[in-house]
Amino acid sequence: MLISYREALNQAMREEMRRDERVFLIGEEVGYYQGAFKVSKGFVEEFGPERVLDTPITEAGFTGLAIGAAMAGLHPIVELMTFNFGILAMDQIVNNAAKIRYMSGGQISVPIVIRGPGSAAHQLGAQHSQSLEAWFCHVPGLKVIAPATPHDAKGLLISAIRDPNPVIFIEAQLLYGTKGEVGDGAYAIPIGKAEVKRDGTDVTIVAYSKMLLVALEAADALAGDGVHAEVVDPRTLKPLDIDTIAASVRKTGRLVIVEEGWRFAGLGAQIADSVSGAAFDYLDGPIVRVTGEDVPMPYTRPLEDAAIPDSARVVKAVNQMLHRPS
Amino acid sequence: MERDDFLSLYRQMLLIRRFEEKSAEMYALAKIAGFLHLYIGEEAVAVGAIAALRPDDYAISAYRDHGHCLAKGSDPRAVMAELFGKATGLCKGKGGSMHLMDAERRFMGGYAIVGGHLPLAAGLAFAVKYRKSDQVVLCFFGEGALPSGQTHEAFNLAALWKLPVIFICENNRYAMGTPITRGIALYTEITETARSYGIEGEEVDGMDVLAVRDRMRDVVAKVRSSPRPYFIEARTYRFMGHSMADPSHGHYRTKDEVEAERKRDPLLRLRQTMLERSAATEAEFDLMDRDIEEVVDQAVRFADESPFPGPDELHRDVYVE
Repeated sequence: MLISYREALNQAMREEMRRDERVFLIGEEVGYYQGAFKVSKGFVEEFGPERVLDTPITEAGFTGLAIGAAMAGLHPIVELMTFNFGILAMDQIVNNAAKIRYMSGGQISVPIVIRGPGSAAHQLGAQHSQSLEAWFCHVPGLKVIAPATPHDAKGLLISAIRDPNPVIFIEAQLLYGTKGEVGDGAYAIPIGKAEVKRDGTDVTIVAYSKMLLVALEAADALAGDGVHAEVVDPRTLKPLDIDTIAASVRKTGRLVIVEEGWRFAGLGAQIADSVSGAAFDYLDGPIVRVTGEDVPMPYTRPLEDAAIPDSARVVKAVNQMLHRPS
Repeated sequence: MERDDFLSLYRQMLLIRRFEEKSAEMYALAKIAGFLHLYIGEEAVAVGAIAALRPDDYAISAYRDHGHCLAKGSDPRAVMAELFGKATGLCKGKGGSMHLMDAERRFMGGYAIVGGHLPLAAGLAFAVKYRKSDQVVLCFFGEGALPSGQTHEAFNLAALWKLPVIFICENNRYAMGTPITRGIALYTEITETARSYGIEGEEVDGMDVLAVRDRMRDVVAKVRSSPRPYFIEARTYRFMGHSMADPSHGHYRTKDEVEAERKRDPLLRLRQTMLERSAATEAEFDLMDRDIEEVVDQAVRFADESPFPGPDELHRDVYVE
């Protein structure tokens, strides 16, 4: 069926909450407001306020509470209204969720999903527009997922909820309304598996979340010009499926990584390092990164546009790499 | 019955006291490293409070956690082995002094980011309520955590959702070296902090194990029968430095003050009561001393003789595989 990314997330959570009493949803406005982005539409009506908990605006408090509940064997889904606010819960996520299993020598685990939108929408300013996935990927003990399509969003969220580890699940405001074919019922997409979203032979473009759409648009434009780009979506950022990415690079010999986040110490740097380790001999030239600019996100539209990668910049990067006029 | 209770309370406090003294010795011998925060002087709080619990109730603590862990029933050998960083430690040597955890005994851990475990305690209590069970959660923390934002967030959520968690503020009057008078605006009335969230609370003499136990029996019964948070300010004192890195008094408090407080020693106090009520004889105290000494010596022997974890343990337990 053709449904939106938002509806796909809604279906995933609904399926899992119907299947498993231990699963509950907690966060700001998830109940009667139906979710700030309407992802939990109809939930409080179906599952009741005991399992769909509206919280006060205290991210550290309710994220920590959910981690404590997970330690006691429940399977919470924490909705962060946006990951920007999740910064207030970083102590809970990094020092507790990620480390409790290790610190306890494997006695206590934390089966929790912390989800919500990351990255920029349109003109929301510096504090509401940032991509923090690299922060989470840096921390041992966390898994990090950033799906781009409704199909992947549903299957990966189901896997995240069933996973016995803490999973950071990063969505995007600008993806919620995008539509795609989604399977019926509860299907699980394995965590840690990338997918080739478009076959090609000349260059590999790795992109995730919203940037996958940018990469596919660029691939279309390049195809019109006779350049066949292969587009790979890691889908899971940690653990990273380096095998699938490296296999593509071995075929094409070239790699462009597209990410919306800040360049310095961004996720693309890690992907480049991993590919260098796995497929250096197959590279015909340096790995190129197309990234967000290293600035707080400006409000005004022209500057905001300049700070975020678009398909034209991806096309240009590929053409430069191939020594073609752009 | 009363006699058995007295003996049990005294024995537990004595175990913690001797365990901590031995830990300090082992630290000096470099058998234990890192940060080591001793509970000496505060034993009556953990022992009195945990004595009011059922085994399936939860306890959670901050980084000065040896006392709570032992009072919850953990094997002193496994605790000492953890301090030694050995494979036989409670957490296979991966936690250390500040992160003791014993899931089987529902000791859900020691946490070393001040204020950070109070939301976890609220979450454990949330799970109890969610399952319509009747356990309670004891959450121990120092008064240094009281002004922290996470503490207030936890208080508000626990009160809002009527969660069965008892917040026990171990007020030893010093947040590391900062006296409460310089750290908390309303330092004479810290229970007001909880009351301002609609949480019932009271103060108890944290140097009197019987007072702590008796109050906690009432409070635990209340919270168990009618789930809601509760706040206890246990007025106590730490006889040692903040950690092994500083002497017992240091620059921030006087030697005279520490000496005066030592006269309120919770062990001496219970011992006095027991002698007055003929609950134990001097000979029985001597016997207990020898017993506990043996338990602690065994713990050290066990820890010393145990192997360190092998390199294969380095990457284990990061994720549930």
